[in-house]
Amino acid sequence: MTHTIAALASGRPPAALAVIRLSGPDAFAAVQALAGRIPPPRRMSLCRLHDPASAVLLDQALVAVFPGPNSASGEDLAELHLHGGPAVVAGVLAALTAQPGVRLAEPGEYTRRAFANGRMDLAQVEGLADLVSAETASQRDQALALAGGALGRLADHWRERCLDVLAEAEAGLDFAEDEEDVAARLDEAARHQLVAMADELAVLIADATRAARIRNGLTITVTGPPNVGKSSLVNALAMRDAAIVTAIAGTTRDAIEVPIDLGGLAAILIDTAGLRDTTDPVEAEGIARARQRASTADLVISVASHDVPGWAAIAEDDPQTLQLLNKADLGTALLPPGAIAVSAVTGDGMGSLRQWLTQWAGSVTRPGEPALLSQARHRAAFVDAELALRDAAQAAEPVLRAESLRSAAYSFGRIAGRVGVDDVLDRIFSRFCIGK
Amino acid sequence: MTAYDVIIVGAGHAGCEAAAAAARRGARTALVTLCADDPGTLSCNPAVGGIGKGHLVTEIDALGGIMGRVTDAARLQSRMLNRSKGPAVHGPRTQVDRKLYRAAMAATLADLPALSIVTASVQALMLDQQQICGVDTSQGRLTAPAVVLTTGTFLGGMMHIGSSREAGGRVGGAASDLGSALRALGLPVSRLKTGTPARLDGRSIDWSALEWQYGDSDDPRFSHFGTANYRPPLPCAITRTNAATHEIIREHLGESALYGGHINSVGPRYCPSIEDKVMRFGDRDGHQIFLEPEGYDDLTIYPNGLSTSLPLHVQEKFIASIKGLERARILRAGYAIEYDHVDPRALSAALAAKDMPGLFLAGQINGTTGYEEAAAQGLVAGANAAALALGLPDLLVDRTQAYIGVMIDDLTTHGVAEPYRMFTSRAEYRLRLRADNADQRLTQIGITAGLIPSDQAAQFVVEQHARAAACALLGSLSATPYELSLHGVDVRQDGQNRSLFDWLRFPAVSHELARRVWPELQIVSDELLTSLAVDASYASYVARQESEVSALRRDEALKLPASLDFAAVAGLSREMIERLGQARPLTLGAASRVPGVTPAALIALLPHTSRRAA
Repeated sequence: MTHTIAALASGRPPAALAVIRLSGPDAFAAVQALAGRIPPPRRMSLCRLHDPASAVLLDQALVAVFPGPNSASGEDLAELHLHGGPAVVAGVLAALTAQPGVRLAEPGEYTRRAFANGRMDLAQVEGLADLVSAETASQRDQALALAGGALGRLADHWRERCLDVLAEAEAGLDFAEDEEDVAARLDEAARHQLVAMADELAVLIADATRAARIRNGLTITVTGPPNVGKSSLVNALAMRDAAIVTAIAGTTRDAIEVPIDLGGLAAILIDTAGLRDTTDPVEAEGIARARQRASTADLVISVASHDVPGWAAIAEDDPQTLQLLNKADLGTALLPPGAIAVSAVTGDGMGSLRQWLTQWAGSVTRPGEPALLSQARHRAAFVDAELALRDAAQAAEPVLRAESLRSAAYSFGRIAGRVGVDDVLDRIFSRFCIGK
Repeated sequence: MTAYDVIIVGAGHAGCEAAAAAARRGARTALVTLCADDPGTLSCNPAVGGIGKGHLVTEIDALGGIMGRVTDAARLQSRMLNRSKGPAVHGPRTQVDRKLYRAAMAATLADLPALSIVTASVQALMLDQQQICGVDTSQGRLTAPAVVLTTGTFLGGMMHIGSSREAGGRVGGAASDLGSALRALGLPVSRLKTGTPARLDGRSIDWSALEWQYGDSDDPRFSHFGTANYRPPLPCAITRTNAATHEIIREHLGESALYGGHINSVGPRYCPSIEDKVMRFGDRDGHQIFLEPEGYDDLTIYPNGLSTSLPLHVQEKFIASIKGLERARILRAGYAIEYDHVDPRALSAALAAKDMPGLFLAGQINGTTGYEEAAAQGLVAGANAAALALGLPDLLVDRTQAYIGVMIDDLTTHGVAEPYRMFTSRAEYRLRLRADNADQRLTQIGITAGLIPSDQAAQFVVEQHARAAACALLGSLSATPYELSLHGVDVRQDGQNRSLFDWLRFPAVSHELARRVWPELQIVSDELLTSLAVDASYASYVARQESEVSALRRDEALKLPASLDFAAVAGLSREMIERLGQARPLTLGAASRVPGVTPAALIALLPHTSRRAA
C-alpha cells in the first residue's frame, strides 16, 4: 500500500497562483471528490473545487491529471492551479489530505518517487539535492521561527512528555520480569495522565482555529427575517453599495460576501437571504445557505426591526450572536437588554456597532498573542497525537498502549526532530533499576 | 593442511549455530574450538530466552537453527513471560540443566555429516591477496574461502576480581590474541565489559526462608522439533538484597574493579553489577535476587542479580547479609571481564566484513551480549559464509521480518556504545514480530536457503495448509450480535454482521464460545486458533504500518556500492560525509537509518544506487 502525497509545488503564498501536486494511487479519486469529475488527461480544465465534507466552495481552479506511469512522478499525478491566497491553499490541502490514502508529502518525497519509478535521470536528481536541502531547512526554520521559536519549544516539550510516558510503557514490556516495581509504576502513571494530556492538546488544537482566523479573516453572518434591512446594514458597515436593497421582501437570495476591516483585523461580512417559509425553490435554497453560513460563522448578527419583531433562532449550538435592532429611527420600543439599536439609513448607532465589532474581533483573535499551530502540518501532528493518546488511554493491552504512545511521540518528533529507540532506552535506564 | 568450505572459530552459541547453518547448506565445515567440551557451554546464567530474547530463539528455530531444540531438551523449568502484556511481547524463557544442554548440543552437532569439530587454538588468519583463505592453528593449517569468527569474550579477555586480574575468556579458559590480528587487518577494535555473579553451594542455602518460583504448568517449548526433556520441572527461589547488603557494598566500593579504576570500558546498563545498582539507585531498599539451580545432579546455584567485581572477601560478606544466604558457601567468585570487540559498522547485513572478503563475525565480537543474540548472528553468518563458499544466495533478514533483522540492522548502521541486548522496544514493527508467528515469517525463507531439515519443512507445508484453511473458514463463518446474544454473549447490539475473524477481536467472544457457536471449528487446533485470534486483534494496527513497511522494503532494494566514496558524492555536507562514512550503509534504507542523516542527503545518494537483482 502506497500513500498518495500532496504538497504545494509552487512558492509560498500569497502569490498570483499556487500549484498543488498530488501523486499516488488515490490522486484521481481525491480530484474526483473535490472537483466532482476527473478531467481528460493532460489537458487543463476549469473546475470548481468544493470541500466534500462541508460542500463549501474552495476555489475555481485549473486542473490537469497525468495518468502514471507517463507522469513526472511515474504515478498517477494531478496538478491543481489555484488562486494563490493562503486561505485557498490551506483549505484545498486540508480537503485533499482528508481524503482516504492522502497525506502531506515529506521533503524530497516527489523526487524519491520519481527516481524510484525511473522517471528521472541521474543528472536531474543530482541538481535536486540542494533544492530539497533548502526546502527542509526552510521548513525547519519556519517551524522554529514561528512565534519566536515557541512552536519548536512547544513541540519539544510535548515530545518529551510523550517520551516519558512511553518510557514507562516500554519498561513495563521489556523489564517487568526483572524488577517487580516497574509494572506498578507503569499502571499508576498511565490512564488518567494520558487523558489529561489529550485534553490539554485538544485545547491547543482549538486555539489553532484562532490562528486560522487571524490568517483567513473572521466571518460575520447577517441574518434575520426578510425586510429587516440586513442588506442596508451590510452596505452601511462596508460603506459601499455591495448588496442590492429594495423594499421587497426576499430580494437577497444568495449569500453575498463583503470584506471589511475591523481595527486592522480582516473580516468577511456575509449578507444572507431573509429567513421565512417560502414555496419559491430559489429562495428556499438561499435560506438553506443562509442557515448553513450562520452555523459556521464566527459571529451572527441577528437583525430585527420594530415592524418585523422577533429574533430568529438559528440552531442549538449557535455561534456567538449579536442581537441588533435596525430602523431605530422608526422606533426602539422592542430593544432587549444587551442588544444594539442602529439605523442603517440615518447612520445612528453605526459608530457604536463598529466599536462593538472591533472589540469583539480583538477579543476572539487576541492579536497580540502568537497563534502557534497555524500551519497545516503542525496542526496535523497535534491532532494525530491527541488521537493516539486517547487510543493509548483506552488500549486493551499494554503492548497496544505502547504502540499508540509510540505514534504520539513520533507525531511530535516530526516537528521537533526524530525520536529514536535510544531516546526511549536512555529514559528507561535513567529511572529504573533494570536487569538481573 | 586440510581444506574446508567454511571454518568457524569458536564453539559458543554463535559458533555452534553458525556451524549448523553452514553444514545444513551443504558446506564442508570445520568448527575449531580450544576445548572439546566447549560446544554448548553456558558461561553465565543457566537460562535461555526471555523478553525479546525468546523471540530470537523462536526465530532461530523457524530458520532451522538448533538453540530452541537444545534448550527444550535441557529444560529445568519453563515460563512464558509477559503473559498479561499482550501476545506481541510474550517471551518464552527456560531454565536449563548445564550438562544436559551440553550433551544435547554435542548430539545435535554430531548429527550433521558435513561438520567436523577440530580441537585447536587459532593463531592467525591466512590471507591471499587481501582475501581470507584459511586459519593457522596449533594443529596446522586449515584452508577455506570463508571464515567465521565467534570468539565471544575470549578475544583479549581479561578477568577482574577486586584488584586482581587474570587473562582469559572465562574461568579456566585461555584468552585469544586474535584481536591484534584483527587490528592488523584494519578492523576497528575496542573494549567492552560484562560480569557474572559468584556461584553458591545449594546445600548451604536456607531454602525454608525463601519463596519458590515455579515454571508455568503448560511448560512452554521453543520448538516443535527435537525431543523435549521428560524430567519434572524444578523451581527457582527468590530473595532480595537489603540495607545491610548495600551498606557493605558502599563501604568496600573502592576495592571493586569497576569503581577502583581498574576497568574503564563500558558495560551494559541493563545488566548492571550489584555495585552499579547500589550506586545508581541508592534510594531502593532492596533488589530482587533469583536463585537458579544449574542442573538436576548439580548442587551449584546461580544467584541471578548479584553480578560483581568486588574482592572475594567482600562478596562473602555481602552475600551473607542476604536472607537465606546467611551461611551460603561460595564455590567460585564472581568477576567482571573485559574483552575486545569489532565495531559492527564494519560489517554488511550478511555479517561479512566489508573490507575483508571471506571474513564473517558473529556474537559478542560484534558488541552484543547474551546467548540468544549470539546464536541468531551465528546462524546468519554461518549461512552466508556457506553462501560465499558455495555460490549460493545470501540469507538476509530485514527489520520488518524478524528481531534478527532489527538486531543486525541496528548493529551495522548504528554501531554499539554498550553491549547490545535485544529488547522488544527496539522493534518498530513489534506487533508483526511475535514469538507465535516466527515460522510464518521465516520458515519459507529458511526452506529457500536450504537451512530447514526435511521433517521441519514437511510439517511447515502441512501447517501452512491448515492455516490457510482455517483463515478461509474464519472469514466465511459469520454472525450478527443478535445471533450471538442467543448464545448468551454480551456484545453491543449494533446490528453489524461480522465474520468470525472479526469477532475474535472481541474479548466477549472466547475460543470456547466460538467452538460452541460454530462446531465447524473442530478442524482448527487450539494453537492455530489462538494465533489467528491475535492476528485479528492486531490487524488494524498492522495495516496502518503497511505503507511504512513497503517504503522500507523499497529503500532496501536500492543498493549502494561498498566502495562508494561519500566525500565524492555531489551535494553532501561535511557532516553527512562523516556520518555516512562511519556507518558505510549498503542500501538507501540503511543510509536513512544512520542517525542524523537528512532527506537531502538521501536524495544526493540516489544517483549512486542500483536496484538489487531480484
